Amino acid sequence: MIDVPRETLIQFLRTMYLIRGFELKMLMLFQRRALAGDFLGALHSYEGQEAVAAGVGACLRKDDYQFSTHRGHGHAIAKGLDLNKMVAEMFGKETGCSRGRGGSMHLFDVSIGQMGGNGIVGGGLPLALGTAYSALYRNTDQVTVCYFGDGAASQGSFHESLNMAALNKYPIVYVCENNHYAATTHVSKNCPIENIADRAAGYGIPGAVVQGNDVLAVYRAASEAVARARAGQGPTLLECKTYRHRAHCMVIPEHRPEEEREAWLARDPINLFVAKLREENVMTQDDLNRLAAEVEQALVDAVKFADASPFPDPQMLSVDFWAN
Amino acid sequence: MPQLKMIRAMCEALDEELRRDERVCLFGQDVGEFGGVFGTSARLQAKHGPRRVFDTPLSEAAILGTAVGAAMSGLRPVAEIMYIDFITVGIDPLVNQAAKLRYMSGGQMTLPMVVFTQCGAGTSEAAQHSQCLEAWFAHVPGLKVVMPATVYDAKGLLKAAIRDDNPVIYIWPKLLYDLKGEVPEEEYVVPLGEAVVRRDGADLTVVATSLMVHRALAAAEALSDEIGIEVIDPRTLVPLDIETILASVRKTGRLLVVHEANTRFGIGAEIIRQVVERAFDQLTCAPVVLGGAGVPMPFTRVLENACMPQEQDIIAAARKMLKC
Repeated sequence: MIDVPRETLIQFLRTMYLIRGFELKMLMLFQRRALAGDFLGALHSYEGQEAVAAGVGACLRKDDYQFSTHRGHGHAIAKGLDLNKMVAEMFGKETGCSRGRGGSMHLFDVSIGQMGGNGIVGGGLPLALGTAYSALYRNTDQVTVCYFGDGAASQGSFHESLNMAALNKYPIVYVCENNHYAATTHVSKNCPIENIADRAAGYGIPGAVVQGNDVLAVYRAASEAVARARAGQGPTLLECKTYRHRAHCMVIPEHRPEEEREAWLARDPINLFVAKLREENVMTQDDLNRLAAEVEQALVDAVKFADASPFPDPQMLSVDFWAN
Repeated sequence: MPQLKMIRAMCEALDEELRRDERVCLFGQDVGEFGGVFGTSARLQAKHGPRRVFDTPLSEAAILGTAVGAAMSGLRPVAEIMYIDFITVGIDPLVNQAAKLRYMSGGQMTLPMVVFTQCGAGTSEAAQHSQCLEAWFAHVPGLKVVMPATVYDAKGLLKAAIRDDNPVIYIWPKLLYDLKGEVPEEEYVVPLGEAVVRRDGADLTVVATSLMVHRALAAAEALSDEIGIEVIDPRTLVPLDIETILASVRKTGRLLVVHEANTRFGIGAEIIRQVVERAFDQLTCAPVVLGGAGVPMPFTRVLENACMPQEQDIIAAARKMLKC
């Protein structure tokens, strides 16, 4: 039995479908445009990691803060970023969520606490201290979620941030998405221990290894961590073991062992969850088809919106650069 | 008018801004309980409470990241970096994040934050406690750079920096720690972007920053029977009040820039570029930069002095320029 309300389960699936659909569409469009000589940047696909963003995102309120990464499309979708604005940003349009100034790695929507992706690995970690401090300062119970990868766990900012957050009991949930590769370097060459979550002990905070391709497992672990943070009990480090389906980015060739990829593809987070939903009779095949069609339509509409939107005016290059 | 030491004037500025605006907060290593290693936050924690004035771990990236995140979410933080040299340990939140977030997010956020730090040699602290790095920061789009030279400005510019809605790096000259100057009892601010003519003269324009303002004034005084030297203190490098400098150069036809930072690729070169582009015809001789020697700052006093522009160097340069 699944002890989660049906609408939450459907929300998980909807989010995962949206992310998967978004990534597949973007990859297709970016590749097509690149071949036509219009390169829109590297594109870091979140495909394969959908359960992490869907599970964590479902625990958050609109006013909670979220710091994302260079591989952050999934995080933004799960936080509720408008799809039209998101695709428009991917295409560099004025109607994009960052008005075409940010692009794929810098999706912002402050009104929903989406404090941006980050082109610097580990760059969001120190910033999360600030929103967490600010929430305490303003006496709100807002939580900050800080996503980062296995590569970022080797950055100095990881240590500085977890140390200070633990000292001050900041309301932060650290979500390490261990997809096993920092660009092309396997985690075993980056980290001398099996579990990054074990590092939590060094800061005196809870740490947990989570099956990152199981959206229910992610949701349960994140719910607990978010509740702790909201209750003033301080930060938690979650390590979600997962795998990206694609190479590091669009322009780097695949290099990972075939057997490894096949083993992970067999544990596709969407397939696993759909099987569970069917098994537990939560959704019929018709329900699934309807949801998939609805998501596809939303994506088609978003691409249409983005295509029809204007590029920023070069005359506006430096306008509003400074505040005031 | 009461006489205050520079250190005390800055402490008053912080105190007044903490009192004036509830969103202002102040933190860094040794800032809270101890009151800052230079005493710039003496008794401020006792006055304003540990929520607003607090100690951090010795973690520059975490200190700067806290400031960025706090500014992103509604506060107006002042983060102290004890020596500007230490900023290099954790520079990412300032250069890759704070400077870019407003623009990169399509103008969604403002980053009202101050990095409060000091610079300069003359205290026999050697190469890692003596640098002048203002040109680094002035080069990064999105950061304002403030360098007070007098006690009056130290207070007024700090208040203006705290009230500015952009990231500001405020760099005071540590050799002037004990300098006394008049500070009005009534409230005042010194706006960013307004240079001041410290001394009038018709023969030579000397633009000097920070500590060098005092050496330039001493040299001008020593030469007063011989050469009319106009001394301009830009006070802020970004924004730079080039109009005041141009007006002076159009009058004197000669420009000497004096700064403590080493000459190569420095502020002096930039000021001369702007002047040459706009007032080449008015120059009667080639402009000159007098700066640091461009070696790592030596420890021993005799070498340290040789590394920094001295009053005699300014006198010699002025005389040479008047001969051409």
